[in-house]
Amino acid sequence: MGIEEKAGNLGIVTTTLETVVNWGRTNAMWPLLFGLACCAIEMMGAQASNYDLSRFGMELNRASPRQADLMIVAGRVSRKMAPVVRRLYDQMPEPKWVIAMGDCAACGGIFNNYAIVQGVDEVVPVDVYVAGCPPRPEALIDGIMMLHQKVMREKISGRKESPIRIDQPLVQVK
Amino acid sequence: MDNQTVLTALREKFAGEILAVNEFRGDLSLTLTPQGYVAVARFLRDDPAFAYTFLENLCGVDYLGRTPRFEVVAHLTSMRHRHRVCLKVGCDEPEPTVPSLTPLFPTANYQEREAFDLLGIRFEGHPSLTRILLPDDWVGHPLRKDHPLGDEEVAFTFNQDRIYAHKPFVKE
Amino acid sequence: MTESITVPTPQQIIEPAVAGRTETMVLNMGPHHPSTHGVLRLVLELDGEVVVNVAPDVGYLHTGIEKTMESKTYQKAVVLTDRMDYLAPLSNNLCYALAVEKLLDVEIPERAQIARVLLVELQRIASHLVWLGTHALDLAAMSVFLYAFREREQILDIFELVSGARMMTSYFRIGGLAYDLPSDFIPTVEQFLAIMPSRIDEYEDLLTTNPLWLERTVGVGVIDAQSAIALGLTGANLRATGVAYDVRKAMPYSGYETYSFEIPVGKNGDIYDRYRVRIAEMRQSVKIIQQATERLRELGPGPVVTPDRKVAPPPKREITESMEALIHHFKLWTEGFKPPRGDAYVSIESPRGILGCYVVSDGSPKPWRVHFRAPSFINLQSLAHMAKGRMVADLVALIASLDPVLGEVDR
Repeated sequence: MGIEEKAGNLGIVTTTLETVVNWGRTNAMWPLLFGLACCAIEMMGAQASNYDLSRFGMELNRASPRQADLMIVAGRVSRKMAPVVRRLYDQMPEPKWVIAMGDCAACGGIFNNYAIVQGVDEVVPVDVYVAGCPPRPEALIDGIMMLHQKVMREKISGRKESPIRIDQPLVQVK
Repeated sequence: MDNQTVLTALREKFAGEILAVNEFRGDLSLTLTPQGYVAVARFLRDDPAFAYTFLENLCGVDYLGRTPRFEVVAHLTSMRHRHRVCLKVGCDEPEPTVPSLTPLFPTANYQEREAFDLLGIRFEGHPSLTRILLPDDWVGHPLRKDHPLGDEEVAFTFNQDRIYAHKPFVKE
Repeated sequence: MTESITVPTPQQIIEPAVAGRTETMVLNMGPHHPSTHGVLRLVLELDGEVVVNVAPDVGYLHTGIEKTMESKTYQKAVVLTDRMDYLAPLSNNLCYALAVEKLLDVEIPERAQIARVLLVELQRIASHLVWLGTHALDLAAMSVFLYAFREREQILDIFELVSGARMMTSYFRIGGLAYDLPSDFIPTVEQFLAIMPSRIDEYEDLLTTNPLWLERTVGVGVIDAQSAIALGLTGANLRATGVAYDVRKAMPYSGYETYSFEIPVGKNGDIYDRYRVRIAEMRQSVKIIQQATERLRELGPGPVVTPDRKVAPPPKREITESMEALIHHFKLWTEGFKPPRGDAYVSIESPRGILGCYVVSDGSPKPWRVHFRAPSFINLQSLAHMAKGRMVADLVALIASLDPVLGEVDR
């Protein structure tokens, strides 16, 4: 993202560029094929014909982390698997986002014991948490929509924005 | 084929090795000595009248507070007669060891490795007794009764800062 | 015979290679791979493209379910059983419930038994649909995946109608069912049954006589019956080798002896036979569901939990009327029921193979030890035996045809 960051704040040029770039990123976000456990089956169900994820641009799951920009951690992360998750996250090029799908990825879920990492955010920074055990495909799509909105709000100079406290729902239901 | 037939045949041949017999809810289970365990399994597998060729389940149990502390339970099934027999053998601390059924039943391979991994029971004669479910450098045997569950405290507002102190990415 | 069957470990393959003693190449098919069904790591020893040895390395999904169940009461532990074999959660529930009910020696009402059989067979179809979809996807027949998930959505809708959750239903409780079946259950199932046979024909049209499919699956990954029994291979994999052993017929449970169905058996023990056996199993499941639906219709409404109030909670309206019912409810919720001391082992035919549950009770409300005989864990041992001498691409098809579910393997 070289020249745009170096150009700094150029007023209307920067904001239009931001919008275009963010729009491009949201509409063609490629998920990394990363299903671990039961949530993976719901993710596959979300990908299949009934709740189609291709309409959001996520037609293909890239198997190689070098070609993916979204990592949906779907399922429980065990202590043996945690270094693998971290390595895959490190191998993804910027810009990258992480959705923690399901209760086990968000907080350890019902497994509060020696073998499960209590929330994948112990290992990688997470952008959106989707609750459910497993979350319905519609809940996953809601999480992806939330991520899209978060990406649309990103500023061009520097990627990390401060975390926001969600007190009201982001999508206003009219 | 029913429990009585098996029991009489085994009592004839292996009377000294059978330590206890239990018939609970229709299932026959025999507690044996370590030598008897392998000998009875071999007899039940090879004898053409019985043909218990299928080792259905092999697991370990930790009876903390009892001697012998550990017990290995094996369920043998005869597909021809549609009958199941349970063989149990006890082993005690500090180094619980039991002869392995892997030379007789190759299917016992992974199951014995799992019992070793989670409970620490060693199996003599197993071709490659290493950890299978936990990482290779794990210390301890989680399924033992004196091993803690390892659960994490539930985070409320009064203790969340202490819990999140060692989680680098949570607040991001 | 059994002496020649070996199950290698990853260290046995890696060590000689690292020491430089072998000419073959050691490759890691890591836990994150598009074709391994879950987080399975395979260490391959290759001579060019041909597999010389393969050792599975499991444990990347180890959840400590057995240890966690020891700290929950029997009824609360049902929720944990769902998550083991996550493609067939109802089968896991059933196995655990049957084991504890055997310990307790309670009687389950007829309506609950029929509903259990019906839902487990629906679960079998749903699980085989995922198997079919992912198997075809691995061998590049992508459209089958989309078709299979279309039917699966219908089945998941039925589960949601019955229990509120699509996948992890925890619907079978100890003593019967969690809630009574809703009034539109039977019409919905009949709607599904009306279309399913023709859909199975659709899948068969696409694959069974397809020359590409036949090339990739006939004669690949052959295992003979004796090695299969020695290695503990169960389920459709065993029946494809010619051994007609199905726990539903051999040691029936939940009233299976009263339903009429056949067991499909293969001949060669290759991937194609496993495919045919599972497709035939789906058809037989449809038959069983039809019989179960008729029986439910005839039986009419009735209780769905055992009348023994020390095990199953009383219906809510009784609590306002009777003091005993309130006390039973209170005891069950705070303490839980206490089975007698002893142990029980029950095995059922899950879509993956023989799923067994061994429960040890010490008379307290929490189980002393619960162990699950996971079919996928034991089936994986036969991978090395079947894959020797085949190419890497065949290995992918082999794993798909063995149908492992890693949640069950690692528990």
